[in-house]
Parts: sequence; structure tokens; C-alpha cells
Amino acid sequence: MNQFADYNPIIMSIIKTNNLERFYTEGDVTVKALNGVSLNIEEGEFTAIVGPSGSGKTTLLNVIGGLDSPTNGAVEIANTEITNMKDNELIDFRLKNIGFVFQAYNLIPVLSALENTEFIMLLQNQPKEKRHARAIALLEEVGLKDQIYKKPNEMSGGQQQRVAVARALASKPKFVLADEPTANLDSKSTGDLLDIMLELNEKEKTTFIFSTHDQRVIDRAKRVITLEDGKIISDETK
Amino acid sequence: MIFKIAWRNIWRNKLRSLVVMIAIFLGVWSGIFINALSLGMTNQRTENFLSTSVGHIQIHHPDFLEENKLNFSIPNFDELNNNLLNINGANISNRIRISGMISSANGALGGNVLGITPEDEIKVSTIHNGIKEGEFLGEYKKNRVVIGAKLAHKLKVKINSKIIVTFQDQNNEIIASAFRVQGIYKTANTRFDEMNVFVYRQDLERILQSDQLIHESVLWMDDKTIVDSTITALANTYPNLKVRSWKDIAPDLAYTDDLMIQMLYIIMIIILGALAFGIVNTMLMAILERQRELGMLMAVGMNKLRLFMMVVVETIMLSLISGPAGLIISFFTVGYFKRNGMDFSAVGQGLEDVGYSTIVYFEMQPSFYWSTLVLVIITAILSSLYPAFKALKLNPVESIRGL
Ligand SMILES: Nc1ncnc2c1ncn2[C@@H]1O[C@H](COP(=O)(O)OP(=O)(O)OP(=O)(O)O)[C@@H](O)[C@H]1O
Ligand SMILES: [Mg+2]
Repeated sequence: MNQFADYNPIIMSIIKTNNLERFYTEGDVTVKALNGVSLNIEEGEFTAIVGPSGSGKTTLLNVIGGLDSPTNGAVEIANTEITNMKDNELIDFRLKNIGFVFQAYNLIPVLSALENTEFIMLLQNQPKEKRHARAIALLEEVGLKDQIYKKPNEMSGGQQQRVAVARALASKPKFVLADEPTANLDSKSTGDLLDIMLELNEKEKTTFIFSTHDQRVIDRAKRVITLEDGKIISDETK
Repeated sequence: MIFKIAWRNIWRNKLRSLVVMIAIFLGVWSGIFINALSLGMTNQRTENFLSTSVGHIQIHHPDFLEENKLNFSIPNFDELNNNLLNINGANISNRIRISGMISSANGALGGNVLGITPEDEIKVSTIHNGIKEGEFLGEYKKNRVVIGAKLAHKLKVKINSKIIVTFQDQNNEIIASAFRVQGIYKTANTRFDEMNVFVYRQDLERILQSDQLIHESVLWMDDKTIVDSTITALANTYPNLKVRSWKDIAPDLAYTDDLMIQMLYIIMIIILGALAFGIVNTMLMAILERQRELGMLMAVGMNKLRLFMMVVVETIMLSLISGPAGLIISFFTVGYFKRNGMDFSAVGQGLEDVGYSTIVYFEMQPSFYWSTLVLVIITAILSSLYPAFKALKLNPVESIRGL
């Protein structure tokens, strides 16, 4: 049974959600972090999720990324329903299909930029030469050619986020989810990171979905979805 | 990569890891040290006991053990002796053993008079090594006796003093003979020293007018491992004689030897069990600190088995860096004290009274090092399980949100 009535196989839709709800209950207070979110994201998008603090951005990204499960509704990624997957199945699914960039603590502190970038490919059991070559190419693309042997604590916040982007892309995921990737960065680094993400979006056709508060970041998104109180209140494609 | 990460993670908090490693090192080292000391002490006590006259195998007339009567001597002794002489690696001493009264001008005490052939006796016992004054029996001189220091002290006799030995002969007649003290010996066992005097076998044979009076054949085997098979063979050949091993003669000693081996393991397990708490605690702290990182790893696709293994490998590495070092160092420490002994003479008198030596030569079964290594590995694996399960319980979303 297909609950996605408007399913159209010609336009490659990679994320579909139907009336997503995610409630948090603490005592007798129920917070509706997501309150009926229906969303369709297609391949190649460069989409910003925006909204005030507490509007549900992080929750939405987590549910789409299979890190959190919805109270009601379903998430379908590349025509695969992920809502009912078991823990380990989900981890495996994330490994194969989704790249993640978080606000902080993205990298393994004891590994170099190169090793961090290779890490996901290692989990995918890719051969060493292939891993190595791809990681170096990606680090070059994000402008860190000279920093590949540095450990995270020897790099700036912006450089660390660029390594995180390189790592997220390394396994050629269907899309990359980034929750406030620039929140800890100064404006120069923010601009640099967005340049890189846009370039990857255009050159490698990587789909990016990121949440942000930052107006400069919002300005560069191709589609902006605005949340408020767990609901989509506007959805604009430029 | 998992090994690389685990290894580098260990060194993230150097001090904390070092504390654990030093604890494991010291635990293993001290465990083996104490065990080697204890084993050395008990082995030496056994050895002392056996070499002060017991030997490895003893043969008697069965009734002699019930009642120390002169008449219960070994029948057909010559035939037995010829057979004993054919056993490879066996040293044999044949003794006349008489219970009697030993007296001097200053007192009298009950004791055993052992009639020996010195050149045989020195092969099965070490009394001659413990001569403090005078000398042991050797070149025959008529009616000479070697007595224990404790007895000499009690009877207030010195070298060349005369003592009188009184006992019943074959016909229950009381016989008294005078002997001149030729030597005073001292063993690790003062009780023994107080009870036993040594005279020439031929003196007793002359006094008793018999050369067929052997009560006790004692064998000292060069190879201790053939003691049991030799006993079986002798017992089969001589069903009418009582053939006993040192384990029958001193079952408590044999029992403590066996118990000791078990004790070694128990001590080691207790030490390692205590260390396990330290390891678990350290790893739990490490995991708590790295919650976000571990949550991130799960989020990006590290599955539970891998996460589990990562913690396990790190814990095992942490434990196994210093455990083997402790083993190797203890091997050399034990080796040193095995050769040179550890001197306890400051507290020595008390030890000697209960049969221990004042200088303890350490003893350790080589297999114990391997067993300890295996125990350390098991400890490491067991200690890794709880922290690893703890890591699995982490919820990636909550870890990343930074609760
Ligand atoms: N684990 C939780 N338990 C209870 N309530 C939660 C939990 N996680 C989120 N919430 C609530 O859900 C709502 C949405 O939170 P969410 O983090 O998705 O917002 P956000 O848009 O990402 O905010 P921000 O811009 O501050 O990151 C908030 O009201 C938040 O308090
Ligand atoms: Mg958020």
C-alpha cells in the first residue's frame, strides 16, 4: 500500500514525509516538536530549514535522518520506508545513504583529517586505496589539501566543519543532512563553508538539507522551508 | 583503524591510563612475588622435612608402624636390599630404629636411636649438613653418637660428653649403653632435633647380637616424578611389607602443597578482580567523556558491534600493556630470589620452630606465568564488557544534543 498519494516516479524524490508528528511528553506536558510535517525533497536540492529556536528544525532533521523516530507518520527515503527499521538496520541504512554534518563534535579527535574522512568508507569496507584516493580528493575540494595530517584540535572550527563535509560526502550518500553547520563559525568561515557546499551541490549534484538561523546562509539556499511550532509555515523555491 | 583509534584513545588521558597500567603492573608483580615466596616456603618446608630423614619412600614391617618393637624388623632384608639396589636413581639408607631413653648426668628424655651406615645415610638425608659442632659419623669409631642441638642443650652435653641410651632388646630385657657425643646437628625442625640421635648401625648390631635387624629402608629418588610408580612396583613385589610415600607419611604436608597451588590461583584471582574494578571505572569515565563522540559515530553509521568492539579493544589494550610487563619483571625478580634467597633471619627463630627455613628460596611453576597471563586476558575481556554495553546504551540523538 502506498500512502504517498502524489508519488511521481519521473521526478526523483529522495525524501518524502507524510504528516510527520513527533511529540515529547514530560510529565503531563506534551511538546509537539513536529506537528504534521509533509515534505518532499528531490535530488539535487540545496534546501535550508529555518525557523525560530524550538520550532523543530533539529527534530525534523533527526527524524528524516533516521536518528529519531516519529510519533506518527512515515519517512520514505529513496522509496524505502525507514520508520519501522530496527536499530542496526537503521544504522546500516544511514551509513549507506545519508551524510551527516553536526554543529560540533563531528570528528574523532584522535584521527587526522584524512583518517576522519576515510572513516565512513572504512565502515563501508571499501578498499584502502580507493578510500585514500577519494578522501584526498575530497579534502582538496574543501580546500584542506595542506591540512590532511592535522588532528581536529590543530584545525580551526571552520576547517573542522569542512572535514566533516568531506567525510559526509565520502561515501557518496543520497543526501547530506547538516544541523546548523555554521553555528559555531565566524562569518568568513561560514561563507567559505557555504561556497564549498554550493560547489559540491552543483558539481557533484549532492543534495544538501541544512538548518540554520543565519540570514546569510538562508540567502544562499535554493529552497527555504520555514518551521514554526512544528509546522511548515512557508516553503519557497528561488 | 579500530585498533588505531583504541590505541590513541588510551593516550588521550595519559595520567588516568598510566594509573591503571601501574596498578595492573604492580598487582601482577606483587601477586606473583607473594605466590613465589609462599610456594618457596612450603616447598622448602616439605624439602626440609623429607631431607631430615623421611626420604621419598619408606619400607617397614607392617606391624612396626603400629608398635615400635625391635622384633618387627624387615623379614628377608637381604633380598629386599638387592632389589632396591637395582632401582635406577634410588639412594638407599637402611636403618635400625629403636625407641628408648637418652640420658646424661643432667637429665633424661625419650627419643629415637637410629643405627645407620653413614655413607648411605648422607645420600638420603641432610643431617650431616647441619653439623654445628664436632662432626657427623664417618670413619667408624666405637660407640659414637650424633645428637640434635636441642637435645644437647636439654641434656647439657657437649662434644665428647657421654650419654646413656636405654632400651628393651628382643627379649624385653633392658639394655643400657654408653655413647660418646661426636657431633651436634641442627635441622630446620627443632622438634626433630630434640627427638633423634644417630649411631653406627654396627654398634647396635653388636649390642643386640644380630645382623638381621633393619626396621626401615628409606629411598631418596633422584627423579621425584617416579616416586609413585616405584611405590606401586615395590608394593606389588612385597605385599607383606608396608611401602609408603612421603605423602602417606606426612599427609598434612602433601595436602598443604596441593592447597598452596590452589591458593596461588585464588590470590591471583582476587588481585585481578580488584584490578578489574579499576579498569571498569576508568573505561566508564572515558565513555562518559566521549558521549558526544560515540553518539556521533553511531549517528554516522558505526554499528553496535563495531562500537562494542572499539570499547572492548581499548580496554583490552589498556590492560594488556602492563600486565605482561608485570609478568616479565616478576619472572626476573622471582628468578633472583630463587637463586639468592630472601633472608628472614630477623624473624627466623619462629619460622624454624615450625619447620621453615630462614632463607627462603622462591619457587614458581613456569605454568603459573602462563596461567596468570590467561587470567589477565580474561580479566581484561570481562572488564571491557560492562563499559562496552554502557556505550551501546547511548542514544545518538541525546548524546549529540549534549545532555
Ligand atoms: N528530548 C527532548 N525532550 C523533550 N523535549 C524536547 C526534546 N528534544 C526537543 N524537544 C523540544 O522539541 C521542540 C523542538 O526542538 P528542536 O531542537 O527540534 O528545535 P530547533 O528548531 O532545532 O531549535 P534550535 O534552533 O534551538 O536548535 C522544542 O520545544 C524542544 O524543547
Ligand atoms: Mg536545533
